[in-house]
Amino acid sequence: MSSKTINIIVKIWRQNGPLAKGAFEEHALKDISTDSSFLEMIDVLNEWLTIKGLEPIAFDHDCREGICGMCGAVVNGTAHGPDKETTLCQLHMRRFKNGDTIVIEPFRSQGFPIVKDLIVDRSALDRIIAAGGYVSVNTGSPQDGNTILIPQHVAEQAMDAAACIGCGACAAACPNGTPMLFLGAKVSQFALLPQGQLEAKKRAIAMVMQMDKDGFGNCTNHRECEAVCPKGITIRNIARLNREYLKASFTIDH
Amino acid sequence: MQLDAKIPEGPLAEKWDKCRFSNKLVNPANKRKYEVIIVGTGLAGASAAATLGELGYNVKSFCIQDSPRRAHSIAAQGGINAAKNYQNDGDSIFRLFYDTVKGGDFRAREANVYRLAQVANNIIDQCVAQGVPFAREYGGTLANRSFGGAQVSRTFYARGQTGQQLLLGAYTAMMRQVAAGKVKMYTRREMMDLVVVDGVAKGIICRNLITGEIEKYSAHAVVLATGGYGNVYFLSTNAMASNVTAAWRAYKRGAGFANPCYVQIHPTCIPVHGEFQSKLTLMSESLRNDGRVWVPKAKGDKRHANDIPEAERDYYLERKYPSFGNLVPRDVASRNAKQACDEGHGVGETGLGVYLDFAEAIKRDGLDVVLRKYGNLFHMYQKITDSDPTKEPMAIYPAVHYTMGGLWVDYHLMTTVPGLYATGECNFSDHGANRLGASALMQGLADGYFVLPYTIGNYLATVPPTPTSTDDPAFEAAAAAVRDQTARLLKNTKEGKAGQTVDHFHKELGKIMWDDCGMARNKAGLEHALKRIPEIRAEFWDKVIVPGSGQELNQSLERAGRVADFLEFGELLALDALNREESCGGHFREESQTEENEAKRDDVNFSHVAVWEYKGQGTAPVLHKEPLTFENVTPSQRSYK
Repeated sequence: MSSKTINIIVKIWRQNGPLAKGAFEEHALKDISTDSSFLEMIDVLNEWLTIKGLEPIAFDHDCREGICGMCGAVVNGTAHGPDKETTLCQLHMRRFKNGDTIVIEPFRSQGFPIVKDLIVDRSALDRIIAAGGYVSVNTGSPQDGNTILIPQHVAEQAMDAAACIGCGACAAACPNGTPMLFLGAKVSQFALLPQGQLEAKKRAIAMVMQMDKDGFGNCTNHRECEAVCPKGITIRNIARLNREYLKASFTIDH
Repeated sequence: MQLDAKIPEGPLAEKWDKCRFSNKLVNPANKRKYEVIIVGTGLAGASAAATLGELGYNVKSFCIQDSPRRAHSIAAQGGINAAKNYQNDGDSIFRLFYDTVKGGDFRAREANVYRLAQVANNIIDQCVAQGVPFAREYGGTLANRSFGGAQVSRTFYARGQTGQQLLLGAYTAMMRQVAAGKVKMYTRREMMDLVVVDGVAKGIICRNLITGEIEKYSAHAVVLATGGYGNVYFLSTNAMASNVTAAWRAYKRGAGFANPCYVQIHPTCIPVHGEFQSKLTLMSESLRNDGRVWVPKAKGDKRHANDIPEAERDYYLERKYPSFGNLVPRDVASRNAKQACDEGHGVGETGLGVYLDFAEAIKRDGLDVVLRKYGNLFHMYQKITDSDPTKEPMAIYPAVHYTMGGLWVDYHLMTTVPGLYATGECNFSDHGANRLGASALMQGLADGYFVLPYTIGNYLATVPPTPTSTDDPAFEAAAAAVRDQTARLLKNTKEGKAGQTVDHFHKELGKIMWDDCGMARNKAGLEHALKRIPEIRAEFWDKVIVPGSGQELNQSLERAGRVADFLEFGELLALDALNREESCGGHFREESQTEENEAKRDDVNFSHVAVWEYKGQGTAPVLHKEPLTFENVTPSQRSYK
């Protein structure tokens, strides 16, 4: 770690509510440590705004280690910023140069109304999970874990899909505004595992129906989601979702 | 305050069965008439919400984040313990119990810990049934890894994201109950106060973080699953929003607070880099399975790690603790890192760091195998530090990570306020003075899936199943007090006073806590903290700037409320630390150490739980003691040599 500082200009989106008119606000920031994370840079800006008696930028964040999925913004046109497989909180200022102008906007998708500044309402993702993103097993005394044998490569594939953090960057990056990578990841995790297969048909149909209900678009293979996904989830999961959905549509017993 | 732990009589192994059998039951048709508030949706909260919903109760679940899936349990990396003995290496329920009691330095209740070890196996089965993708062996069976403080391999894991996967299991189970109408989810709500009517918990007051509205909620019982208080130190591995407010408000409403001085300082975190740093990042303890901890033998050695020859490195944990080596418990590893740095062997720009080296593991097992186990951790490390742990050793340093203290609960997980329960990290019950790795996930899920659902019925069966309401004047009184606090926090800015931001005061407090109540504590330092904290608190109320209003989304106001409570709580932590004139687990009093600088317990005077009772603003809290008796293990000086 070598400490250096840079001076930057940020153009950041301000919007006081879902229906309010938003606009970019410009701030010059001096002596930002390149060891700082992107969110720590916004902290510095907010401290400065507060001392000036101005309202700080509202933004979502919590774990600041790339796992809770709470943070996210579009940085210079890319959801979560320029680094591959990185959440906004893991992006560091060493990625930027002295004199850079950085444009920061909220995630935009039909299904994610803006709450304030960079904060958006992603409750649609919870509704999609509630529609069927689970294995219906009550707490009790299930059989011993080792009676369900799962080949290592299958467990690894399921884990690749299960790594989704539900940040919504996939929908924000997609020209159709669809969270199908999110959905595909959950459907795939359970479709791959024996525990999930019993309900596979019902799950695929119910989750897609809920996605439609929340006003999201559909996948047309732009692969923008895959490019920004901080957990490297591939669109093979969307292909699997489509197979599961089709299979279910033709064969489900009503 | 009466402390009745309600531990069933009889042999250790039969206590839980006995408790379950003697508990009153709520008839299935009546369950739907009861409402339970659960605050927090981490492992303890989400698992309880799901399970109580499945049983037929009506659950109101609250979380601070935009989605229940984001609770801080999500960040737990390494794994979850259970005594399955799948490895055939001599594990048993009794051994898991023994390791946990010993790891906690004989400051936990035997009965609680034994129950934890008993239900741990059910947790693994439950999570597998939910579709949690645990790591598997080639043959398809569940894989295990080793963790600190144990000589058996009993930790189940899902890469370095075990907390995430277990939480998503509990979250999806809960969302299934949301769809079924049994759990009503309230997101972006912060609990601001507990409502107690005639000495019994009846509801909570929340701030709607989007609208700013102060809301009242009633129920037949209230469960706090609101996590720990590590953020009193400002810098910790906790999430930014983790706070003590819910637990602290419960304390001020009559719940005893137990052992606040027991704080776990985790040995493997990324060292602090600068003054703008907002939080610290943990590198899972599982790394100590394969990583070797060392410092240069020469003081102030500024050479690059890779240029220091083998003979000039001190693998101090392997040297001092040959049988446990790099897998000593966390408190021991942390203190040794501090000692190495204090003596001038620290590495990195600040000299506050030690190496964790994977070179040997990579040479032995190959890069592929090492990356499969720790790939995401290496990735995370590289993001933050710009250094590649496969090419040079990691630099690590201890950081505040977990708090063993919390609300006092009896064997039923009920606090000293009837109808108020505390689960997971929020309570004090199972880890004594030091928690072993991979035991937090175990306890959170044990409480939520397998303990609370049995014990809460015993209480609800005594409460009439009549509808609840927020009509009692106690609700409005509590809500008014919250509104009043909001007005006081906004006052300075309204009056145009010049002052400091919330973070400024939080950092001031954090510095005092770390310097005086951190890894090593002494009388003079603790007295200094007790003098300084009230001063910082007074200055906070006099000078804090909080822009905006209370009737809108206002993140500065959210933080201000949390820091206001930390500024009160920090004092109790320091008081408890001053009062406990012994070293045990994470609590190291410099006055009480062995000749080899190990923690020296004083079982004659301190084999008890310290429980603090609130006596009003400006009045000293009263200390109560719950004696700890050990019938099945003999407290010994812990040795990991």
